[in-house]
Amino acid sequence: MAILEVQHIEKHFGATKVLEDISFSLEKGQALSIIGSSGSGKTTLLRCLNFLETPDSGTICVQGETLFDAADPATQRENEVRRKRLHFGMVFQSFNLFPQYTALKNVTLAKELLSQERPDFKANKKAILEEIQAEGRELLGKMGLSDRANHYPHQLSGGQQQRVAIARALALHPDILCFDEPTSALDPELTGEVLKVIRSLAEQRTTMIIVTHEMAFARDVADQVIFMDGGVIVEQGDPHQVIEHPREERTRQFLSRYAQN
Amino acid sequence: MLEFFTSTTFQTVLSALNSGFLKTLQLFFITLIGALPLGLIISFGSMSRLAPLSRPVHWYLRRNKREPGKIAKLLIAFQPIRLVCRLMVWIIRGTPLVLQIIALFYVPGIQKWFNWPSGEAGRMMAVCVAFIINYACYFSEIYRGGIQGVPTGQREAGQVLGMTKSQIFRHITLVQMIKRIVPPMSNEIITLVKDTSLARVIALQEVIWMGESFMKGNSGIAGLTWPLFFTAIYYLVFSGVVTVLLGKLEQKLAFFQ
Repeated sequence: MAILEVQHIEKHFGATKVLEDISFSLEKGQALSIIGSSGSGKTTLLRCLNFLETPDSGTICVQGETLFDAADPATQRENEVRRKRLHFGMVFQSFNLFPQYTALKNVTLAKELLSQERPDFKANKKAILEEIQAEGRELLGKMGLSDRANHYPHQLSGGQQQRVAIARALALHPDILCFDEPTSALDPELTGEVLKVIRSLAEQRTTMIIVTHEMAFARDVADQVIFMDGGVIVEQGDPHQVIEHPREERTRQFLSRYAQN
Repeated sequence: MLEFFTSTTFQTVLSALNSGFLKTLQLFFITLIGALPLGLIISFGSMSRLAPLSRPVHWYLRRNKREPGKIAKLLIAFQPIRLVCRLMVWIIRGTPLVLQIIALFYVPGIQKWFNWPSGEAGRMMAVCVAFIINYACYFSEIYRGGIQGVPTGQREAGQVLGMTKSQIFRHITLVQMIKRIVPPMSNEIITLVKDTSLARVIALQEVIWMGESFMKGNSGIAGLTWPLFFTAIYYLVFSGVVTVLLGKLEQKLAFFQ
């Protein structure tokens, strides 16, 4: 059974249609790349999955549970949406680290706040917080940032900041990790270190959705590629097939424009 | 020169000015304690998106399969809390504080709504209320700018990490907002130091009133002009202290960008 099932998602901003009849599914342990030009609706789609935007119609199911159904207002209650968001992790294009906290605190903050809801929090406060800290350090270690745990975001390079953001998203163990153009705000030198981290996550079979402009990366890392244009899915399938031998004219045009640059 | 500072006149004037300045300080701190939190509440109010008529109007339009007309659009956009708060901020910021003090002190008695306690205590109370309302409105706009200046991405990052609205405000927005508002707040607080002198318009015996009394003779001595101008030293020293303290706060928040 697919871990994620998206059906007939539609989204308007005023009179403009941004997403139209988007349907796809994702298996556990697979990576999905979404490619397409700016304004094609890729980011909006990710934002819908993370409940930052509310689709006008369609359903989103994770592990068979319907998280969102536009026709059923009961699935859109504020306090439940908060819980549902935890199925998804999100890495933003502009990192969005919290500037007033150290790298480690950025990673652990959300988990510390969530742990306050545990019934045994008062009794085991110290042990729980120490465990979260240890886990945070371990995650930063995996990102190659052990020596940066106590640095503030402005003391880190863009690549390091984005790796902290990835650790922050991983700290809550989401079912599906979403990347919204994770390297677009980085200069080419720093892109590599972030892509390396994402690649190793793919090797560890992390379920991921990656919106990216790095075609070679999308082809090598993803198990599935979606090409979007004008708010619709134009082509979808095996990465080598879509990127190297596209069937649709629009995909071909997009990729050739890309090759030229 | 030294004889002047040891003279009984100087001692009398100094102790009178000191007691007047004590009232100035009292007014200053009471205003801050009241206006800082009240301003935050007003700023939330003026950002409120509560539109109680939006749902019923939408429901009505759907049921009758009608497109929203001019009136329907107005009703949908009706946000009473925001409207009341912004109206209040407009009126308070748009009229002189002196006028507000006079109105608040005299009108309730004239209209027979209620009476302030008699004497100095009643004057102090009325002035404090006027100052708190006035400064809360100015502060609320500074807060609003500070909150809206925090990038949306910060709130969204908190949301996708499963934080509640209040957690996002307390743990993410608040400190970033404070950092942003320290410079404009400093401005406003320094202005407050000197605005306290407006209280003399209803004869609250703060430091300016005291200084002037030696000219007019209300304090037993008449014809002395220097005490009035001597009060400037109190204001200068006090605003100097406030400036240093706020500068320290600014330095304290310099650890992040």
